[in-house]
Order: sequence, then structure tokens, then C-alpha cells
Amino acid sequence: MRATVKTSSLQIRTPEGIVFSQWLAGPVTRWLAWLIDLACIGALLTVVGQVAGILGVLSPSLAAAFYVLGYFIVSIGYGITCEWRWRGQTVGKKLFRLRVVDAEGLRLQFDQIVTRNLLRFVDELPAFYFIGGLACWFNSNCQRLGDLAANTVVVRSPRILQPDLEQLLAAKFNSLRQYPHLAGRLRQRVTPAEAALAAQALLRRDQFDPVPRVELFSALAGHFRQKTPFPPEATDGITDEQYVRNVVDVLYRAGTEKAIRVAAG
Amino acid sequence: MILNLERFLATQQPTWTELERLLSKLEAEPDWRMSLEQLRQFHLLYERTAADLAKISTFSSEPQTRAYLENLVGRAYGELHETRERRRRVFPLKWFFQTLPQTFRRHVRAFWLSLAITLGGCAFGAFALVLDPQAKLALMPYSHLLQDPAQRVAEEERATADRLAGQKASFSAFLMTHNIQVSVFTLALGMTWGVGSAIMLFYNGVMLGAVAADYIAAGQTKFLLGWLLPHGVVEIPAVLIAGQAGLVLAQALIGWGQRTRLRGRLRAISPDLVTLIGGVGVLLVWAGFIEAFLSQYHEPIIPYTVKIAFGLVELVVLILFLTRSGAAPRTGRGQEDAPAPKDAAGTAKGCARL
Repeated sequence: MRATVKTSSLQIRTPEGIVFSQWLAGPVTRWLAWLIDLACIGALLTVVGQVAGILGVLSPSLAAAFYVLGYFIVSIGYGITCEWRWRGQTVGKKLFRLRVVDAEGLRLQFDQIVTRNLLRFVDELPAFYFIGGLACWFNSNCQRLGDLAANTVVVRSPRILQPDLEQLLAAKFNSLRQYPHLAGRLRQRVTPAEAALAAQALLRRDQFDPVPRVELFSALAGHFRQKTPFPPEATDGITDEQYVRNVVDVLYRAGTEKAIRVAAG
Repeated sequence: MILNLERFLATQQPTWTELERLLSKLEAEPDWRMSLEQLRQFHLLYERTAADLAKISTFSSEPQTRAYLENLVGRAYGELHETRERRRRVFPLKWFFQTLPQTFRRHVRAFWLSLAITLGGCAFGAFALVLDPQAKLALMPYSHLLQDPAQRVAEEERATADRLAGQKASFSAFLMTHNIQVSVFTLALGMTWGVGSAIMLFYNGVMLGAVAADYIAAGQTKFLLGWLLPHGVVEIPAVLIAGQAGLVLAQALIGWGQRTRLRGRLRAISPDLVTLIGGVGVLLVWAGFIEAFLSQYHEPIIPYTVKIAFGLVELVVLILFLTRSGAAPRTGRGQEDAPAPKDAAGTAKGCARL
């Protein structure tokens, strides 16, 4: 299943009915990656020029032929070779964590790589990928003409590590657990959306500036305190952020018996 | 419902870790082939991980686990559901002598259309030049073609020094790369629903027709044939094949009379486009050599009859290559030699013509 309007992600539904998404790369990021690739091509051409200079001592005609062929092979072959060798990545794409993938989530094929690279001839018209950029801008999956013909999309592929619960949950003593009946009431009253919001706030806490961070966790802690008040002995002396962490710990680490059974499958 | 993350991770993480290990191995070693047992295990791990993703999408959870599982399922899905053949080794001779001519024949109607457009351009160029000789400047943008044919022939035949001495290799390289670029551009313009490819073919035809009319009108037909045939019988068909590829692309974009959706159509022709343009590249390398090392030398250095005969032999070989090479031995009347094109799911689409 594909998105029909312009979105930031490409959703793919497997035959088993599972939906997973790929984050689409925008035209600006792609253009910046292309600038890096252009620099790489320039560096390679400098090497070709140096070799041609050495060959020129033997035969100027041979050196000129070498340079003309080298220029052509490097400028056309760079993208094809890199994307084939590095599974859809060039140097620029690696730096910006972009990757060319099949538009239907299948394995990227050599002919797709060649097609999308050859169609650059049209995409880069009249200059600086104007046509490709326009196509990318108006296409729902941010595809330039080469991507359309080759059935490919360029996605962002951030490094995704195994989830680490220690980042999220209270590592040591959780004062709220001293009151199991209140903890049970908290789990009962908090909606999944509220729980997810608190979890996300904890995961992204280092991305906030200090003042908004304090304000955010103060608001969240106030919200959860209102949902289920705990005695002062359980909450005194801990920061709002620690309070939210304890709440998330209660919510995610010890669900109801039914939830545990479901989670365990 | 809020998922008990700790329990969930503790029970399922070994499955994910094992799937990630197999995926990393597959990606790092493209030639690695799983045994049937390993494949079953891989499929099982994929199904379990996909089920976990479904579960985590249903229950409320933190986004990192979801992103991690989406990443795993996405990578495994690509490996498991891909039905197109993964070519582990390259066989250049098989590709050249079988795949290329078979692909050409499979899309031969696009070639005829490409030829018709070019011939239309030739006719237009020839008529335009005959009706209005002043149009030569506009029809032939290259300065060496603007010269009076009779005068040029006289100069070429008088020349004793080798004009291309010490430049043949670079001239040959220039011709190869320039013609390949023009051909790739002709293919790529197929994305304009074929309009751009047709314009390129027509424009090439106009130049060719104008040059031919100019030399024939000046009574220099023999020189024209001796000059153009050795490389032209390869170069012109190569450009026609590039136009053919552009028109195949356009046909897939337009999709007349085809029930397959756009993505399926483009997926089906993508390997053929690469094969055709690869063949064009090979032909143009040959044409570049011939143009630099043979075509530019005229009588008395090389007799025109020898050059014309060489060109005709090349043409016959090329026709035989494109029409006969890679054909299966005929066991019945009209047996089709080319495999049926495959759709996105890798299933044969349409049956062999009898």
C-alpha cells in the first residue's frame, strides 16, 4: 500500500498484513548529498588527469583518449558502482544517511541502479537537477524521473540500535512501587497515548534546551500527579523528570496480568 | 493497552538478534546462499518479528522499539519476497550473443517505429535541402559539413599527409563518448512519453538526409558511401536502438492496452532498457574505432570499393546478429526464441507465440 498524498514516509504492507514504513529523503538533503558526490567525482577526475599527464609523456594522443574515456566512465560509473557496491549508497548518501531502495521494499536490482543513474541526463536539465527537483517536489514519494523509471525511492536510513530499556525506565529504586494499589490505579487511568507521550519525552530529553525541558517534565509530572495522587513520602525530594521516569517505569514494566500474558504471547 | 516492555523485550530480543545477524550476513556476503533449513529458520524469524511489529503497533509503546522492528522487517521482507533472479556472476559473451539480440527482437516494433521516425527525418532533411539550399546552415550545424561536397572530395583525395596523425586515439575516444551520451540522452527522453526520443531521432534523420542529399546532388555518391558506410552502418542502428529503448520506456509509461499498473510495467522493462543501452554502448565503441581509423581515409589511400564492401559486410553481420543470434534451434513452425517478459511478481506474462 502506498501513500497517495505527499508524506514523509513510504508505507509498505506485506502480504502478511504487516505495515512498515521508510522515511523518505527530501529534495534538499538529496541535493546536498549530490554536492558531496560531485566533489568526489571531481577528486576522481583529478586522479584521472594526473594519470593522463603521466601517459602524456609516452603519447599525447593516448593521454587525451585516456582522459576523455576516464572522464566519461567516472561521471557515469560513479553512481552506478557506488550504489551497487554499497547497496544503494554513494559517499554523499552515506554521509547524509540516505539510501536508494526499491519502491516496493524488495531487493534493489542492478538494472534499477543503472536505469536511475542513466536518467540523470534528463533529471539534471537544464542545470542543477532542476527537472529532477521539480519532479521530486511534486511526486508523493519524492521521486525524480530516474527513480520513477527505476521504481526506486531514496530513504533516510538512520542507525537503529536495539532498544535499550535502561534509557527509559527507572534503573534503581522507584518510590511509586511502594504503593502497589496506587500504581495499579495509575496504570488503569493512564491512556496508551499518554504513556507513549511520556516515554517519548524521556527518550528525547537530551534534545531539549534546559528551560523547555524543565517546563515539559513539570507539565507531564503535574498531569500524572493529578491522575493518581501519591502520598508526599513517595514524591518528596524527586525531580519532575524522575517522577515521570518512575511513572513510565510503572506503566511499561509491570502491566496487568492480562497485559503480561498478551505481551508474552 | 500499554505493553509490558520489559517482558516483551526479554522474551523476543533473542529472535530479533538472530534475525539481525542473518540479515547482516546476507548484506555483507551477497554470494552467501542459505540451506533449506537456514531458509526455514530465516522465514520463521521474519514471521515472529513481523508479529512483534504488529503487536507493538497495536499496543502503546516507545518509538525506538517500533523503529527497530520496522527496520528489521523491512530488510527481511526485501530478502524473502524478492522473486527476480539475483545474478551472481556476469557472463559477457552470453549477454552479448543471447540476451541482447533476444531483447532487441522482443521489442522489435519499437525499433521499426524508431526507424520510421528517423526515415521521416531523412526525407524532411533531404527535401528541405533540395527545395532551399540556403537551409544548409540550419540543417547541418557542423562546420565541416557546410563545405561544398565536390570541393571537399577534391581536397580529401589530394591530401598526402595524415590529418589525424597522432590524434586518432583521442578522436576515437571523443566519438565514442559523445555518441554514447547522445544515445543515453535519447533513451532518457523516453520519460517525456517518448516525445523527446522521437525529436532526437527525427533531428538525427534530418541531418543525415540533408548530408546525403547534398552529396548525391553534387554527384559524390561514391564518396558519401565510402565515407559513411564503414562506421554509419553500426552507428546509425545503435542510435536507432537507443531510440527503441526510449520508445519502450514511453510505451511502459503510457501503458496502452496493458492491464498491469505503472510500477509493474516499468519493473518489467527495466532490465531490457539496461540490456539495450549496454548493446548500444558496445556498438558505438566499435563505430568510434572505425570512424577514427578507417572512415576518414579516402582514395587513393583506401579505395572506396573496399570501404563500401567493408561497410556492407558489417551491415550483413549486424543484421544476422540482431535477427538470428541467441535464437533457439527451431523445433516447430515459428517457435519464439525469446523468453516471455516477466511481471513484477516474476511470473511469466503471456505465452510464446506459435
